[in-house]
Amino acid sequence: MTRTAPVRRRTPWLAARVRAVRSETSVSRTIVLEVPGWPGHAAGQHVDVKLTAPDGYSAQRSYSIAAPPSGDLVELTVQRVEDGEVSPYLVDELLPTDELEVRGPIGGWFTWRPSEPGPVLLVAGGSGIVPLMAMVRERALAGSTAAFSLVYSVRGPSDVFYASELSAADIPVRLLYTRVAAPDRPAGRITAADLPPSADAKVYVCGPTGFVEAVSEVLLARGQDPASIRTERFGPSGG
Amino acid sequence: MSIVSRGFHGRREPAAADLPPGQYLTQDFPVLQAGPTPRIDLDDWRFTINNEVGEKYSWTWRELLALPSERPTVDIHCVTSWSKLKTSWQGVSLDSLFEDVETAADHAFVRSYGGYTTNLPLEDLLDGKAWIAYRFEGEDLPGEHGGPARLLVPHLYFWKSAKWVTGIDLRNDDEPGFWESLGYHNYGDPWREQRYTDD
Repeated sequence: MTRTAPVRRRTPWLAARVRAVRSETSVSRTIVLEVPGWPGHAAGQHVDVKLTAPDGYSAQRSYSIAAPPSGDLVELTVQRVEDGEVSPYLVDELLPTDELEVRGPIGGWFTWRPSEPGPVLLVAGGSGIVPLMAMVRERALAGSTAAFSLVYSVRGPSDVFYASELSAADIPVRLLYTRVAAPDRPAGRITAADLPPSADAKVYVCGPTGFVEAVSEVLLARGQDPASIRTERFGPSGG
Repeated sequence: MSIVSRGFHGRREPAAADLPPGQYLTQDFPVLQAGPTPRIDLDDWRFTINNEVGEKYSWTWRELLALPSERPTVDIHCVTSWSKLKTSWQGVSLDSLFEDVETAADHAFVRSYGGYTTNLPLEDLLDGKAWIAYRFEGEDLPGEHGGPARLLVPHLYFWKSAKWVTGIDLRNDDEPGFWESLGYHNYGDPWREQRYTDD
């Protein structure tokens, strides 16, 4: 890990209004927020979201940003955690014009910028696709020609986020199903055979802890430089 | 004044009343790290304190385990908003490791296998406030949680409790560590909700 220039900037809570919502799967939803004063962000960063009840009780959680900045719009994709406190509200209750608070962007390590030449290997497990999708979209928006490759592991076809957009993307996308057999692959967890060569690539791995550990082990076992691997994990308690 | 979100009521667990502001309770032990879990051979493991004039104080794994250990039970608070109460650890108090260390420095710069770093005032490591922990809930500390040994400084946000710790440099001047250089607070007191720079 190398260190970058210190960031010295306050990160205030900002008022956000829901501009639009759209379903990604039966348990997840993309939320487009209008955030006046939003300072912009890099692909891969996240925000803290705060919800406040009428009596002043509040709860906050972190969510990855799904798309590059567009004016004062911030796009999140949230998956419902069954016993969660915040995500069920965001996925099931929230409607356009509703208000909440956000602060960010947070996290300056798990990021990709269009000035980076590539190659880049993205490896997503489940909702770990969200910050990686921000990188895919950033690359397309910026007209970058960096060589990108995405490997995306989900239980089955109905669990794929951004399905039509990914099928039309101009980068190699490999979908892996852990619970459903595909014509070219039996159902199962990710293995070394599922990962394209990545010796010269910067590798971003995002998903549940077990997934990130498994992918990291495969990469290290085949000689990947540990310093070229950046990880982000979604614990089971994301709430 | 906060903005009220229509229809949000929250879960309001009674135990949450004892948590620092903005935190919620979890029974799990989520993993957060910036890179892969490093592989560390215990025969090669070293913990080294370098003082501000370049003197080294070093321990092998065997020497660490031979030191008197303590079994703190502590609450831990992650900057990503989860808190976990009454976690039990075993490790060596930093007071033991610093017993013979000569220093007049005010700042500690903590280094880990894999390249992670974090910084904190030296006084936050002393007087029973910090440990080099190698067991968690009665088991050897797993690699994904920082094993073979991690720093445990539970009164600060948990990114200060560096996983895979391998040394501490004592400095006259403060230098920000990994997350402290990337927008996170320099000190990180959860009770003052010091999450990000200048909170």
